Amino acid sequence: MSSRLQTLFEQKKEKILSMFFTSGYPKLEDTRPILSALAASGVDLVEIGMPFSDPIADGDTIQMSSQQALDNGITLDKIFAQLEGVREEMDIPLILMGYLNPVMQYGIERFVTKAASLGIDGVILPDLPMYEYQMFYKDLFDKHGLANIFLITPQTSEQRIREIDALSTGFIYMVSSASTTGKVGDVSSVQEAYFERIKAMGLRSPLLIGFGIHDHASFTRACEHAQGAIIGSALIKALSQGQPVEEAVRGFVGAIHHPL
Amino acid sequence: MSAFQVNQHGYYGQFGGAFIPEMLYPNVEELRERYLDIISEPSFQAEFWQLLRDYVGRPTPLYFAKRLSEQYGTKVYLKREDLCHTGAHKVNNTLGQILLAKRLGKQKIIAETGAGQHGVATATVCALMGMECIVYMGSVDIERQQPNVQRMRMLGAEVRPATSGSQTLKDATNEAMRHWINHPEDTHYIIGSVVGPHPYPDMVGRFQSVISQEIKSQLMEKEGRELPDAVLACVGGGSNAMGAFYHFLDHPEVKLMAAEAAGLGVNSGKSAATTALGKPGILHGSRTILMQTPDGQVVEPHSISAGLDYPGIGPVHAHLFDSGRATFFYVTDDEAMEAGFMVSKVEGIIPAIETAHAFSILDKVKFGPEEIVVINLSGRGDKDLNTYMKYQQEHGVI
Repeated sequence: MSSRLQTLFEQKKEKILSMFFTSGYPKLEDTRPILSALAASGVDLVEIGMPFSDPIADGDTIQMSSQQALDNGITLDKIFAQLEGVREEMDIPLILMGYLNPVMQYGIERFVTKAASLGIDGVILPDLPMYEYQMFYKDLFDKHGLANIFLITPQTSEQRIREIDALSTGFIYMVSSASTTGKVGDVSSVQEAYFERIKAMGLRSPLLIGFGIHDHASFTRACEHAQGAIIGSALIKALSQGQPVEEAVRGFVGAIHHPL
Repeated sequence: MSAFQVNQHGYYGQFGGAFIPEMLYPNVEELRERYLDIISEPSFQAEFWQLLRDYVGRPTPLYFAKRLSEQYGTKVYLKREDLCHTGAHKVNNTLGQILLAKRLGKQKIIAETGAGQHGVATATVCALMGMECIVYMGSVDIERQQPNVQRMRMLGAEVRPATSGSQTLKDATNEAMRHWINHPEDTHYIIGSVVGPHPYPDMVGRFQSVISQEIKSQLMEKEGRELPDAVLACVGGGSNAMGAFYHFLDHPEVKLMAAEAAGLGVNSGKSAATTALGKPGILHGSRTILMQTPDGQVVEPHSISAGLDYPGIGPVHAHLFDSGRATFFYVTDDEAMEAGFMVSKVEGIIPAIETAHAFSILDKVKFGPEEIVVINLSGRGDKDLNTYMKYQQEHGVI
């Protein structure tokens, strides 16, 4: 595990707040200001979205932000340029999240090398299968100290969760329900039973809950069952209102930490 | 083991696989574990073949096209998939998949559609089996394929517009996949082509393989030989081509020829000629040849035919292209329309615009007088009348 991820999960056992945002959105050059504002607001971990034209695991909000970012001209090269020198500015773990095809075209080895050199700690590629990762990429990721983060869902079998746990070097992303991103509802008793079932498995990897977490109440509730939670679509909605992005981030994160 | 069949990891050469998010994994894995057992069960086979015969109307004729043969100086046979119930080959697959879905205990069906033929074929078998049906269709395609939209609705299906991206087949597929992610327990996704994560390409190919199985026995009856010299088919995702090629894949003496839609021209920027313009990439769960920018963003394709308007191609076809087993031709909108009008007048058969692309290969390749050329007449053109008429108004009588 990268030392930053390790330190975070060792030092903070609860209420880890992870935020996802789409790079290059709302404006092409907003990536770094948003990231800086998130770090300054006390967010524990940030997932930087790498837009893809066909994000099948995402709901309307992230589809829209991804398309807008692509229309703005975002590319992996630009994302990396925007992240230049980020480690002189902040110490929180940073994760890149996106779909496999743009990474493949960039070149997976080149991508991993570049990300690691910028101080990126991990990658989430939901459509990279466990089999392919193990066969072709695990050594490369390990060599560069980059964590590959897997998702599990309420339908993932116990055996597969064990395999994922054994392969994981960062944390496990626990998808809260069978859904694409951005579906908002209260945390249900069915979901809580699922969270508890996973918790009771005694996995070696830390767990963060994502999908559908959108405010103080849902964040707090999710944190009762895992080390923390991930918020994405709700932040993107807050960023879409036309406010300066620094203000939007500060207001949004503040409301997660300290509700009105 | 055939070099052109899927291997145990779901690959055709370097193409295929199952590149899906974890949310889809349990459903796809269940299919992968069970599809071969289920479709080889005697009760499945009996029901499938009985319905293919009595409901779909199989075997479809292999028709010797006399006037077309004279015109091109070769022996042209047409495999009349247009005579299948619902007007295209698509129903072979939807019937197989819905019988499979029932045995998996699923109650609801979703599908994507481009030209609407797969949507109609799905809505039809859902009505037949009394299952709920939702079909995703790009808004642009809903506009240009109205008769099929009306048919799906009349058959009791709900047609949901896909409003993202180019609002065509790719986007309808995205929406169907998202729907499946949100409804994993009770829903089966009937993919309409040899695309998607393993085992879909293989499963759809098997259900469509009845086409080439019949061609073999029908040719034996008519010509005293099982193997034609060439098989011609259009390729969007490639299900009709896979069905027509299937039993000839391991017979290198049979030339396999695929027509892709070149739109306004391969290099016009308005094309769907995937093998000419694409490179290896991942879309909709498989590694295949994909039209994309240097940054790996999927490029919006263009074709006058909604069924070929897709930026990828089935992984098996990517492998057939890569290995040189099949030859790919690029047919423009104009060439396809010309072929469509020609076939209508010469043979009294109005082909779907998709299918018309395959006929255009006759203008690009010279076959010998004794050669037997089978064209898979994958669908009929009633759904395309508006497009044909509009084209004729704009370009004058052809």
